[in-house]
Amino acid sequence: MKETIIKVENLYAGYNSKAIMEDLCFDVKKGEIFVILGGSGCGKSTVLKHMTGLVPPVSGKILINGTDMVTAEGEKRNRLLQTIGVAFQNGALFGSMTVLENIMLPLEEYTSLPKDAIKAIAMIKLKLVNMEDSAYLLPDELSGGMKKRAAIARAMALDPAILFLDEPSAGLDPLTSASLDSLIMNLAEVLNISFVIVTHELESILTIADNTIILEKKTKGIIARGKPKDLKADKSNPYAYKFFNRNEGKAGFDIRQ
Amino acid sequence: MPQSNIDAPRVSLDTTDNAVTLVLSGRIDADGCAAVWKKTSEFIIKKTENLSGIPPFILNLENVNYFDTAGAALVSNINGLAKKKGWDKISIKGLNPEYSSLVKLSLDIDPLIHVENHSASLSFIEKKGDEFSDFLSDLGLFITFIGEITWALFTSLKQPFRIRWHETFVVAEKTGVDALPIVSLISFIVGLVMAFQAAIPMKMFGAEIYVANLIGIAMVRELGPLMTAIVLAGRSASAFAAEIGTMKINEEIDALTVMGFDPVKFLIVPRVIASTFITPLLTVFANLMGILGGALVILAFGYPIITYYNQIAGFVTWEDFAGGIVKCFVFGILIAATGCIKGYQTKQGPSAVGESTTSAVVSSIILIAVFDGIFSVVYYCLGI
Repeated sequence: MKETIIKVENLYAGYNSKAIMEDLCFDVKKGEIFVILGGSGCGKSTVLKHMTGLVPPVSGKILINGTDMVTAEGEKRNRLLQTIGVAFQNGALFGSMTVLENIMLPLEEYTSLPKDAIKAIAMIKLKLVNMEDSAYLLPDELSGGMKKRAAIARAMALDPAILFLDEPSAGLDPLTSASLDSLIMNLAEVLNISFVIVTHELESILTIADNTIILEKKTKGIIARGKPKDLKADKSNPYAYKFFNRNEGKAGFDIRQ
Repeated sequence: MPQSNIDAPRVSLDTTDNAVTLVLSGRIDADGCAAVWKKTSEFIIKKTENLSGIPPFILNLENVNYFDTAGAALVSNINGLAKKKGWDKISIKGLNPEYSSLVKLSLDIDPLIHVENHSASLSFIEKKGDEFSDFLSDLGLFITFIGEITWALFTSLKQPFRIRWHETFVVAEKTGVDALPIVSLISFIVGLVMAFQAAIPMKMFGAEIYVANLIGIAMVRELGPLMTAIVLAGRSASAFAAEIGTMKINEEIDALTVMGFDPVKFLIVPRVIASTFITPLLTVFANLMGILGGALVILAFGYPIITYYNQIAGFVTWEDFAGGIVKCFVFGILIAATGCIKGYQTKQGPSAVGESTTSAVVSSIILIAVFDGIFSVVYYCLGI
């Protein structure tokens, strides 16, 4: 049994003390690819923001390696933040720096390594995401898929134990998306990193996810959890079944009637 | 955090005739690497100097109890240095299988051979030439744009109902009404300070009442319009540039174009109209506030307010006032046009909006100063 790295307990997610998700409880294991699913606007990204410490939740605990992200402050919080990496939806690379400098930045700030060591580490990260040829390009000069890969490389700069990815394959073509999937699986295997991913891409979820939860707006909670393949086959949970077999659902007014 | 003995990163190098063995032990993460990086390089460079042949290079990782990409960078560096010293390859001993893929990856990379920065460095003359050609093309674009705006204004005047009046009034409120406090404050202070500074030397000649003439003419002809225009350049030209620049980056302007709208008519004309009519109105306030500031000083010198009023009313003519206001129409056009054009020319990238905002403020202030000079010469020739 793998050890638990993130433990979310009774989390009420939302802004300004208004909860949009209530009483969420789930665990993420070490080296696991964990996917948070749910309809648009159900609060997936909010949960991710709580987990990465960007926005405090309404209430609840988010234990990362046993330390609560919600209450951690000062040096403790800083140390905690160094154990996680976040790749944002649009990359959020710093536009005035080259890709290499983007990755070197956290290493320069948080370690006492000599400059050539930092450069070498950054080059390894770029090699890991297969972007070593783009080291000296500015983010503006990258395509969407490259930006996401560079963002993952930057998120990995300090060898975090957990990587959070917000919609990594949104807006990518199937080939790029597939290569990103294999990159994620590769990293989970090689570096034993745990991934927490928010995504909509069914194909990618079925390929990469070890475990998943589906959030639903109406019930304000987790409507299904488990391995995606099991959920896809399980007809006893209609919402989850519809989610994974999307052809069977119908939405909106049918103009033909 | 206190490190236990096993965790402490260590490095040692044994050289015999049969083998060169580099032993790494402990926790080889970023901190561990930082501790042993320099030592490792020194060992490989110095301790292998007196070797007679090239015995096999062995990297012993038996006692490494943690290894991540920082460690991989160290191994890659060791590999690179060893290659430089003549070894074809290094063999790795005692590797924990958990880390084997990372080590394999590190041996694939040679950190000493970096991809070089492709952008060629330019000489001083090339750089200046580049800047000058940029300046010329900017100037060309600016003139073209002024033409485009003028044309859009004329065609809009033919069909005034097509002008977006609602947006025009919203912009007028933002640039005009909302700017009233700052324009009033600055003009009041300018009037007050100028009157005070002038009154001290003039008092020596018993001529302090003529401060009224000075304030009246200076505010109405020159300082009122100029201060208003500069405040608006800082406040509104920058806002226009940022607003339109952000729209450009978000492809909103492209969206307007493909919907068949003319972005110049849609975005720029309302702003130019609003700014053109609001600047003279603000200037009237600025003049008044400046004169009030002067009044405060005159009152402090013991003159009644009516004396101050009569002095100004008898000296400042309607031509002076009209001359100041006419200038403001031109300043208004300049401020809006510069702000909008700079916004419209925003390039891609996160710093682009900042650059166009700065350039909008700088350019509009320069244009205001230049046109103010032109007006002074023209008024002088016309005898106003």
